[in-house]
Amino acid sequence: MAESVISLRNLELAFGEKKVLQGVNLEVKKGETMAVIGPSGTGKSTILKVLIGLLAPTGGNVFIEGQDVSHLTEEEWNEIRKHIGMVFQYSALFDFLDVGENVAFGLRQHFRLPEEEVQKKVDDLLKDVGMEDAKSMYPVELSGGMKKRVSLARALAFGPRIVLYDEPTAGLDPIRMMNISRLIRETQQKHKVTSILVTHDMESVYVAADRVALINGGKIVAVGTPEEFRNSDDPLIRGFITGEEIAGATEAFR
Amino acid sequence: MLHELCAMTGAWIIGFCQVTGRMMMLFLDTLSKVRTVSIKETLRQMALLGADSLPIVLLTMLCTGMVFSVQTAKEFVALGASGTVGGIVAIAMGRELVPVLTGVVVAGRIGAAIAAELGTMKVTEQIDALRVMATSPVRYLVAPRFLAVALMMPVLIVFGNFIGNAGGYFVAHYYADIGSTTYLNSIRQLCEPFDLFGGMIKGVAFGAIISIVGCFKGLNAKQGAEGVGLATTASVVLSIILIFISDYFLTVLLYVDK
Repeated sequence: MAESVISLRNLELAFGEKKVLQGVNLEVKKGETMAVIGPSGTGKSTILKVLIGLLAPTGGNVFIEGQDVSHLTEEEWNEIRKHIGMVFQYSALFDFLDVGENVAFGLRQHFRLPEEEVQKKVDDLLKDVGMEDAKSMYPVELSGGMKKRVSLARALAFGPRIVLYDEPTAGLDPIRMMNISRLIRETQQKHKVTSILVTHDMESVYVAADRVALINGGKIVAVGTPEEFRNSDDPLIRGFITGEEIAGATEAFR
Repeated sequence: MLHELCAMTGAWIIGFCQVTGRMMMLFLDTLSKVRTVSIKETLRQMALLGADSLPIVLLTMLCTGMVFSVQTAKEFVALGASGTVGGIVAIAMGRELVPVLTGVVVAGRIGAAIAAELGTMKVTEQIDALRVMATSPVRYLVAPRFLAVALMMPVLIVFGNFIGNAGGYFVAHYYADIGSTTYLNSIRQLCEPFDLFGGMIKGVAFGAIISIVGCFKGLNAKQGAEGVGLATTASVVLSIILIFISDYFLTVLLYVDK
């Protein structure tokens, strides 16, 4: 059985009185893509922010590749972050840099590589995500789907072992949504990365994920393969997947 | 009633102390990262924040010099003190008017721009993206802006003094009929180099205030367009207040008993 690369143990996070995560337990194995699904406002994106050190947990533990990262300093986090890439919900491309410079950003900040090597790496990454013709364009000139692709290329520039996706298909049309989902799967296979995919989108889950976790009320309430979720009789799972009014599920998701 | 008043006052004091403390921490963090700052980015910011402010600073100081001369020249001539007008204008411009008014103009133009830029980056998650890519926003964004504004303020002040005194001379000469030699001799007799250098030192301090306040407000902008707008306004207002308060203490420090 593959080792756990990411391990959340009884993870809690509160903003003042408001408890967002209330004891999340989740294991993500090496090389797998774990989708985290659930209604809006239940803490999906918050899990990613804890995993990358943007938010500090108020309880429980987070282990990344066996190391307890629950209470690291910013400098200690910076070392961990060099092995993690993140694709933000709204891409978060630097709007003062063009596409090529966005992708090259991390390489220039942390590695003293010759410029030819940086350019070659940028060209390869942009080709992988089908954006080789947009290298000199600025983020403001790109569509939502194009931004997500560039954001993925930027996240992969470091050669990360873990990639976190925060709603990568939100706001995209069905064709672009499927393209991005396939790209996530291809990235996993080509770069052998461990991924967490936060999404609402079950079609994306069926294409890109190996396993799925359903979060509700700040806790993981079900974990299984996409196929198990598709065929599940659990009212909570069926209620979320189909959006139907199912006794017990509708009230639970409120 | 009294209980609520005490609670409100206490909450305000705690909030004030928190903001002041966090701003001081940002200042110290920035100082610690100044050595590792990108020279290329700092020069870019100096051009963007400093050089591009020159026209508005020159216009403001030209008008200020001319107005100050209009207000004083004829009165001094009537008192038989026409030989002091040039010196009075130069001292007032060098010590006070140019540094403070340049500070106010730069706070309005640059402080607002810094707060809006960093605020927009905050609400569009670009600041988070920097951190995720193991890059300190203080080193990458704050330190170059801090250096750029603190270094460009004295330069703007030198130009402001030159144009302000030229405006003062122009008005004194053509409006109050004070001769060129009289005006220039007055500057030579009454002024010392420290009248200019002291103003430049004030400029460095005001530049530091403007950049740190602008960056702090931007980095702490709340979500949405309204949050960016509020951060921008707060940055300008707080910078100007701090410029006036610090000006008093700097003046005492630099000029009293000198």
